Amino acid sequence: MDGSSMSEMGSILAMQGFAGISLFSVLLLMALGLAIIFGQMGVINMAHGEFMAIGAYTTYLCSHLVETYMPGFQSYYFFFAVAAAFGVAFGFGYLVELGLIRFLYKRPLDTLLATWGLSLILQQVLRSTFGAREVSPVMPEWLLGSMHVTETIEIPINGLMVMGLTVFVTLGVFLLLHRSRWGLRVRATVQNRAMSGAVGINTGRVDRVTFALGCGIAGIAGAAFTTIASTGPTSGSLYIVDTFLVVVFGGAGSLLGTVASAFSIGETQSILEFFLNGSMAKVITLLAIVGILMMRPEGLVVSKVRR
Amino acid sequence: MTFSLKKFFSGSNGWVSIALLAVVILVVFPLAFDLFRLNLTGKYLTYAFVAIGLVTLWGYGGVLSLGQGVFFGLGGYAMAMFLKLEASDPESTKIQSTPGIPDFMDWNQITALPWFWEPFHSFTFTLLAILVVPALFAYFIGAAMFKRRVGGVYFAIITQAIALILTILIIGQQGYTGGANGMTDLKTLHGWDIRTDSAKYILYFLTGAILIGVIAGLRWMLATKFGRLLLAMRDREDRVRFSGYDVANFKIFMFCIAAIVSAIGGALFTLQVGFMSPSFVGIVPSIEMVIFTAVGGRMSLVGAVYGALLVNAGKTLFSESFPELWLLLMGGLFIAVVMFFPNGLAGLYEKHSAKLKMLLQSLLARRGQVAPAPVSATVTPLEPEKIVIPKARARSSKGKKRVLTSEGSR
Repeated sequence: MDGSSMSEMGSILAMQGFAGISLFSVLLLMALGLAIIFGQMGVINMAHGEFMAIGAYTTYLCSHLVETYMPGFQSYYFFFAVAAAFGVAFGFGYLVELGLIRFLYKRPLDTLLATWGLSLILQQVLRSTFGAREVSPVMPEWLLGSMHVTETIEIPINGLMVMGLTVFVTLGVFLLLHRSRWGLRVRATVQNRAMSGAVGINTGRVDRVTFALGCGIAGIAGAAFTTIASTGPTSGSLYIVDTFLVVVFGGAGSLLGTVASAFSIGETQSILEFFLNGSMAKVITLLAIVGILMMRPEGLVVSKVRR
Repeated sequence: MTFSLKKFFSGSNGWVSIALLAVVILVVFPLAFDLFRLNLTGKYLTYAFVAIGLVTLWGYGGVLSLGQGVFFGLGGYAMAMFLKLEASDPESTKIQSTPGIPDFMDWNQITALPWFWEPFHSFTFTLLAILVVPALFAYFIGAAMFKRRVGGVYFAIITQAIALILTILIIGQQGYTGGANGMTDLKTLHGWDIRTDSAKYILYFLTGAILIGVIAGLRWMLATKFGRLLLAMRDREDRVRFSGYDVANFKIFMFCIAAIVSAIGGALFTLQVGFMSPSFVGIVPSIEMVIFTAVGGRMSLVGAVYGALLVNAGKTLFSESFPELWLLLMGGLFIAVVMFFPNGLAGLYEKHSAKLKMLLQSLLARRGQVAPAPVSATVTPLEPEKIVIPKARARSSKGKKRVLTSEGSR
């Protein structure tokens, strides 16, 4: 009797911990793109959520195409859909930088307003194209079930999938930023724009690709989301504040900080959800973040760059 | 000598424009509109309170708050709590299991009035709460942030998070706040029925008069040395600090003023519309209020009122006939204002009024009837209104500190 309740407690803890890690990977995946755009470039992209929605709708379209034209391909399409989501969001981000963002680098508050306008437009375009109803792509069979670790612990496979994707993208971003030629250029441009230009880095191009890459990662996040929840025209905007808080809380400009803050926010919220109801858990988590930010405005991890 | 009569009277912030606005609001609208439209206009005017608060805070102070809906909501909810208590007297709520408490509490199995509702039986307390609670809240947030030199984008994001927190809290605590539906069925103010036609007229004029009064007060404040300091702080914060001014205190003061003004708007909103709900508190309404200011002109108190009126009139018009177009238009408006008219309507007006004057003078001069005044003299009064886009931060070589001005902390 005592032993069984102990093991039940253990499995509850394990499941709750897993829920926290799941939330953590979702938050991290959403925040990574923003960490690049906001953390590296200092640009506030309020349309970030809509780029996620673009990724999600791309996945939906892929699933629709595969279902109609090559049903045999159904089990594998998801990986191609993620790539397509990245591509579409990347391309669109590139155009947005070209047409809008690059005129506003010197006015960060105005960028915020302009990208908010962009997000309204995108929402409406998505609504007119795909309808106001929420859609979700047909998931391949293998993504739907759950894994029985023990008798009482079940781990959903789609959660594992999102986690895997998060790890993959995080590593990719880290390698790109810190181990590649392109990352070197980005970091040089962030540290000293004039000097970078003087040594022959095309800073305008670096900005454009950086912004587009951030948008592309948002697209991947959107694609990953379709495995967990359905997509509507405004679903992107639901997450925008959380995403910004993750980046600010972690300390802008630090990838490690973003990971740490996504982890602490995700775990805090899911643990609180176990004791309180959902909305109070969210309120307390947000209040804690805001409170900590008021005491420590530079965030969790301070990037050691002389400014 | 910087003071000139011309500047005092003309320009989009001059007394002439304020007087003109007063005529438009208090004479033209009541004559031109039927009661339904006038009531709508009155509702828009309450948003204008938030917009003029943002003019002082954002246009002059350079601090963009994306959480002004919070203060609008605090004012509105304080008024709504008083009205709700008056509407829930034991007589009219006797079918409830606990008579004498608001209906939504009864629906949520709350049997006694919560302690923080008790003082709202008193109208004096309510009026005080409308002014003091938002000011205290703003002081608390402002002191925590500005003293640590958090500004710019960080401030915008954190105020936005606060708007989100308050919305979730109001919706989640249904038993205490009325939840997502808000506080509805507000009927009387001290026995005076606010739903009648005459009450609607009176409330409209009350709103208009208070609005003009607040504008005049802020206009006066911005014309003093304090207003100059705000501008200086916006453009070169470090220099003001090195000159010995406590920059943080000025910002906190400005934030409190903007909060109080917004809360007055919220309270008048509740009176005119007869309900208050979380949909006027959250992120979207807060950002919409910024667009009113941006469209009207972030440097012009009077312009912000016209901005609020125009954007809302457009919203009502479009969402009636082409609902799918409205978001596109609003988004386009956002982008266009930011990219092409950073000074909004007021900026356009001033640009063209200068041109118009020049044109008139050259015409008169050609006829040889009036000696032409030197053109430059006519244009100079406009210069102080010119917006200076906040200092280059993200990209200039010396702007490496980016948005968080934290040079003092390391």
